[in-house]
Amino acid sequence: MGKKLKNMTDTNLLLTITIVVFFVMYIGAIVFQGKGFLKPQTFFNILNANAALIILSCGMSLVMITGGIDISVGGVVALVSMSCAVYLDFGGGNVFVSMLLAVAIGLAFGIVQGFLVAYLDIQPFIVTLAGMFFARGMTTIVNTKPFNVASESFTALKETRVIVPGMGSVNKLGNYVNAYVEIGVIVALLVVILMFIMLRWTKMGRSFYAVGGNNQSALMLGINVKRTKFMSHLLCGLLAGIGGYVYFLHVGSGSASHASGMEMNAIASSIIGGTMLTGGVGNIIGTFFGVLSLSTIQNIVSSAGLDQAWWTGITIAAMLCLFLVVQSVVIARKKKMLQK
Amino acid sequence: MSNEKKVEKGNKNFLSGLFRQQIFIPIAALIILAIFNLIADPSFFKITLGYNSAGDPVLSGYLMTILDYGSELAILAIGMTLVTAASGGQDISVGAAIAIAGSVILRVLCGTNSRPDTLQAPIIVAFLVACVVAMLFGAFNGALVAYFKIQPMVATLILYTAGRSIAAWINNNELPIVSDPTFSYFGGFIPGIPIPTPFFIAAVCVLVIFLVLKFSTLGLYTQSVGINENSSKLNGLNPTFIKFLTFVILGLCVAVAALIKVSRLSSINYSVIAKDIEMDAILAVALGGNSLSGGKFNMAASILGAYVIQFLTTTLYKFDVQSDALPAYKAVVVILLVVLSTPKVREWLSAFGKKLKQGKAVKEVG
Repeated sequence: MGKKLKNMTDTNLLLTITIVVFFVMYIGAIVFQGKGFLKPQTFFNILNANAALIILSCGMSLVMITGGIDISVGGVVALVSMSCAVYLDFGGGNVFVSMLLAVAIGLAFGIVQGFLVAYLDIQPFIVTLAGMFFARGMTTIVNTKPFNVASESFTALKETRVIVPGMGSVNKLGNYVNAYVEIGVIVALLVVILMFIMLRWTKMGRSFYAVGGNNQSALMLGINVKRTKFMSHLLCGLLAGIGGYVYFLHVGSGSASHASGMEMNAIASSIIGGTMLTGGVGNIIGTFFGVLSLSTIQNIVSSAGLDQAWWTGITIAAMLCLFLVVQSVVIARKKKMLQK
Repeated sequence: MSNEKKVEKGNKNFLSGLFRQQIFIPIAALIILAIFNLIADPSFFKITLGYNSAGDPVLSGYLMTILDYGSELAILAIGMTLVTAASGGQDISVGAAIAIAGSVILRVLCGTNSRPDTLQAPIIVAFLVACVVAMLFGAFNGALVAYFKIQPMVATLILYTAGRSIAAWINNNELPIVSDPTFSYFGGFIPGIPIPTPFFIAAVCVLVIFLVLKFSTLGLYTQSVGINENSSKLNGLNPTFIKFLTFVILGLCVAVAALIKVSRLSSINYSVIAKDIEMDAILAVALGGNSLSGGKFNMAASILGAYVIQFLTTTLYKFDVQSDALPAYKAVVVILLVVLSTPKVREWLSAFGKKLKQGKAVKEVG
């Protein structure tokens, strides 16, 4: 066991921990919370509710692998959903253009923040903290009051369900109900697959790990460190825009308080998924399972009757804290073993 | 002739010396804001002596608002400067920590009944309990940063999310109201004194921190840890403990700010109290010209920076900017400040300045 642990890369070690934790948790939920969790639809509902979070967490992982962080994503989601809502209802806009708008907002944040972080050497946390406050403030400037989107073509898109064959269940009346996922889930899965491929097999993906692992040696290997950092922020911003639209598609309204604390959930998912804050270590599949673990624990908390709003915040924070400490202990122990 | 030249030279040295002083940045910002307000609307500076509902004399006006609300920010800026200097990162959980400390104060004052007619405990006891709790949370942050070596902003992100939930949980999500008038003195006015009390509290805190910095090695040690952790370790300091200590001190500052905050309302709103104050506190440190990546610091500049931030906020309010939209403007200010203070931009600016000078010289010769 010791030898195997030694031979594992940090990425794989943390990924294994994450996946084991998720399955233990889900099985625990089935055992203690009863049949609800046994239905496939419960699992799909977790996906439906968290499609946007999956996309955001992917972006977050990219930035964290290069050694940075982006806490503006929640604000960008709010800004995207509010802008798109206003555009669709008051601009009488068409759905396709609203998608472009979402992507443009995300890209704009990514480019500006990436430039400030990569080329002006400002701490990513300061830049994106300002970005978060800017996005939240702008959301209120765009429109103060929360409202639902009435646009018909949008509602049609929102109501579209993708049926998952063979996963349905029989309801109380004895009718067969098909299991479904929303469009956002398809987008999220696509993003996960694309990002996984990008990180594993492309030159850019590998340079993300190199830069995050060690800035100096990456530079000596001839990697354009600044461009890599810039690209990670740009991609994160782009994914925040896409995630924002998926979120908008799920809730169908614009509000300044949308997605509050979502950046925190994205960071937590990435960390639970085995991405190291210090950079250089991480895996998109792990992030995906991180989101699932996080939302499963939320579901457990709410179905255990601890429905008050504060429990969610406290459990997420506790879980994040636990994983941060586990990470630092695991890596420290591994270092010691390697030295022996 | 030569005498005149000397005077001129002296003047120039004095001016360039002033430019180099760290405290120049907040002073310049203050002057710019003041001039802007003077042009836009001189009534900004009017202070009127009135009487509040209890019949006590109070001074009111925008300047008094700045003095009042800037004070709690100044208290936070003290702790934030130390944390920034030692750890090279910022604590973003101060707003949430204020909610917790404020909730503790009300919990102790009100006991189990959320609307008592009399105080269930002396105010000083409630305050001391809040101090202990806030310092414990500070210690939690400090332990994560110092002993587990987690980046400060990420470590404090934990409390940032959980803090307001914990605050609501302490009081069972009830909204206790303190009816005793003496409790409102801390965030309002003491009868007979027309200047807001927070200003005096801030003055005491500032005095204490200056005495501490002057007569203890705290300032020196935090700076050396911030500049180079390894070499301070080799010199016999304990960087881990010093980082930890700065977070505990910030906890104490948070408790004082929380007392003022809850005293203003004699109640608490968990999701709104001290909202976005972490941004203001970080801004105060940045505006004071302190490097946000740690190292040397100037406490006076930070404290002045806090009042300048409040000046900016009050100015924006006066121009009917919604409170929810404020962060957008402040974010722009932060980015501008940080961009201007990066070494690269400074190099560009100084190169640009030299070019201008050379151009002038060439013209004069021509």
